[in-house]
Amino acid sequence: MDVREDFTDCLLISTSNSFVMTIKKTYKLFIGGKFPRTESGRVIEVRGKDGALLANMSQASRKDFREAVVAARKASAGWAKATAYLRGQIIYRIAEILDGRGEQFVSELVSHGLREDKAREDLARAIDLLVYYAGWSDKYQAVFSSVNPVASSHFNFSAPQPNGVVGIIAPGRGSLSALVSTLAPVIVGGNCAVVLSLQDATTAISFAEVLATSDVPAGVVNILTGKRDELGPEFARHMDVNALMLCSSDSDEKRALELEAAENLKRVSVHPNRSLKEDPYLITDFQEVKTTWHPIGV
Amino acid sequence: MIILPKTEIMNPHDFTSGDYAPATESSDHISLKKSYDLFIGGKWVKAASSFDTINPATGKVIAEVSSAGKKEVNQAVKAARNAYDGEWSSISGAERGKYLFRIARLLQERAREFAVIESMDGGKPIRESRDIDVPLAAAHFFYHAGWADKLDYAFPGKKPKPLGVVGQVIPWNFPLLMAAWKIAPALACGNTVVLKPAETTPLTALKLAELLEDAELPAGVVNIISGDGETGQALVEHSGIDKVAFTGSTAVGKSIRRAVAGTDKRYTLELGGKAANIIFEDAPINEAVEGIINGIFFNQGHVCCAGSRLFVQESIADKVIRKLKKRIGTLKVGDPLDKNTDIGAINSAEQLARIKALVNAGEKEGACIWQPEGRLPRKGNWFKPTLFTDCAQSHRIVQEEIFGPVLAIQTFRTPQEAIEKANNTPYGLSGGVWTDKGSKIFKMTTSLNAGVVWANTYNKFDPTSPFGGYKESGIGREGGLHGLSAYLNI
Repeated sequence: MDVREDFTDCLLISTSNSFVMTIKKTYKLFIGGKFPRTESGRVIEVRGKDGALLANMSQASRKDFREAVVAARKASAGWAKATAYLRGQIIYRIAEILDGRGEQFVSELVSHGLREDKAREDLARAIDLLVYYAGWSDKYQAVFSSVNPVASSHFNFSAPQPNGVVGIIAPGRGSLSALVSTLAPVIVGGNCAVVLSLQDATTAISFAEVLATSDVPAGVVNILTGKRDELGPEFARHMDVNALMLCSSDSDEKRALELEAAENLKRVSVHPNRSLKEDPYLITDFQEVKTTWHPIGV
Repeated sequence: MIILPKTEIMNPHDFTSGDYAPATESSDHISLKKSYDLFIGGKWVKAASSFDTINPATGKVIAEVSSAGKKEVNQAVKAARNAYDGEWSSISGAERGKYLFRIARLLQERAREFAVIESMDGGKPIRESRDIDVPLAAAHFFYHAGWADKLDYAFPGKKPKPLGVVGQVIPWNFPLLMAAWKIAPALACGNTVVLKPAETTPLTALKLAELLEDAELPAGVVNIISGDGETGQALVEHSGIDKVAFTGSTAVGKSIRRAVAGTDKRYTLELGGKAANIIFEDAPINEAVEGIINGIFFNQGHVCCAGSRLFVQESIADKVIRKLKKRIGTLKVGDPLDKNTDIGAINSAEQLARIKALVNAGEKEGACIWQPEGRLPRKGNWFKPTLFTDCAQSHRIVQEEIFGPVLAIQTFRTPQEAIEKANNTPYGLSGGVWTDKGSKIFKMTTSLNAGVVWANTYNKFDPTSPFGGYKESGIGREGGLHGLSAYLNI
């Protein structure tokens, strides 16, 4: 008997005999490398264009946010100290894993209402952004450092150091590349991030699954889904958050959050509420310049 | 401590007593007017009200100075805007640079005069104003002059453009130097300026305005308006400015940050500090002791980056403290115009009261105070160099910026303990590390959350070297390549 024929029979048998249920995913938060539900028990219902339930997204609370900051702070010293080569490889690894799971993201983006060609474009751009910033990991320090010729017998140099914990209020409803365009420059510079993604961004949590399987140390990236008007001020107010990337085109929101951020002089970098272009100056926005002096002599 | 005989300004004193004969810098060549107006649009403008600027070493009035109100702030911003829209923007970078070179040269030529006035108005020792403040101010103009036509090389991939009109508010601890830090990069980058000097030290900024006239800088490019905090507030809140540059206290810095929230105004803030100066047992002890002295007593401790928290490794603590006390015993406190003076007058009665209040709090909270023997001059504002031992992290003298000649000493055992204690502050301006071991230096300098770290040295400044803080010590850098971005749209 022909083997191929036999195999075809098997396939026919299995599909004709069973009813296959789709296994829907539970979308939770991403904090400290784990996927907890929001402690608040609140969810936001997200439906596709056809009205079918896509997900009950976790609506993160202030407490979830504080937990995320603790996780980010805990990861911060290790990530800042990781070699630039290692950080570059890990960010490149994110691109690899994302590429491997590309079809999943295309179908998710389509379910959010993107046309398929647009969804593929968005995915390709997200991957390109990751590759782009992976390549900066061991170069921005050289480009943005200086040896300063002081008028005395001292060796003096200035080099960037990461801010620490950065809050990102991300743009882009349903866009993966928009999220990556804000996150990648922050983490390539050795910062840890707490990201607030828009409420219906199931892609953000699926992206967290990519991060969780890309050798990104736990806590380096934490992703919350929730309401911007509820959590935005918390991001700006938290005293253990060093910097804030705010993607907003709403002048009232900008002013309100900047007022809160003044209390611990958070570094605030404001951008339009859309995907950001590749730019090494987005890396330096979240760096502090440290200048070191030492005498020259014997 | 040796108290030098005090001399009357403009009237050098006879030798009276002490271990050193007075060596008073002559003030014969200083020409000061009885009153100073505001420098707006290239003209001297009298404001409706005025205030006196006082010599803190004698309590005597040096001159009467106009106080800019809202009206004059408006005038100054308008003049700066007109200059920006007009002549200044039409001048090439190379020609802009020539103005700055010229200003640097004029300042070098008149260095002695500026140094004497700086010491009279602010109380700092003539040795410091002569050797540090004035030469560094000139160096800042000279350094930035060269940038004016080379800005395209500073930021790879970008074509930087000036911001417009810059409002600048500076403190009283380095009056002329801070004016230079602010004005030089602003002009090099093609902006125009409204600068407000501090209320207690307006004279050298106003003298600088005279010098800018001599340099034939186009009218309105730099406007200098004296006044108090209200003048400063009116300036930073003015809708006609594109950027605020402020050096001063963290509290005022935060209020400025709030004032620019939600606007398109750019800002740089150089604020307070509580720097840790960390001495390891393998440090060159004598050099370290000099570094500690320079770190905290330079400019009476009126220094945002002062090494006001000393961390000594436990094994050498007794030895270091003994040597420190001996060295402090040789410091000369007195007439700022005397070339032998190490510690001059406290800048104002208000600041003296603040220092005394914090020192009292230190004693009440249980730290051990030590001050050298000797009597301070009766007139004027003075404070003895002061050490506190047995300090705890929670003490106010450890947490709060005193801005005076007061050192809080703590000990540590391991480098990790030193790092944790040093970083346990909302501030992050500067720090010091003393050890002969290279790998330890880099471990410490990279771990300290501070914008400037001095290893085996302290309180060194240079126009090529970026300066500025982490955390609540400020936002942005001044000086060097990195400082340029504060005055450009990149």
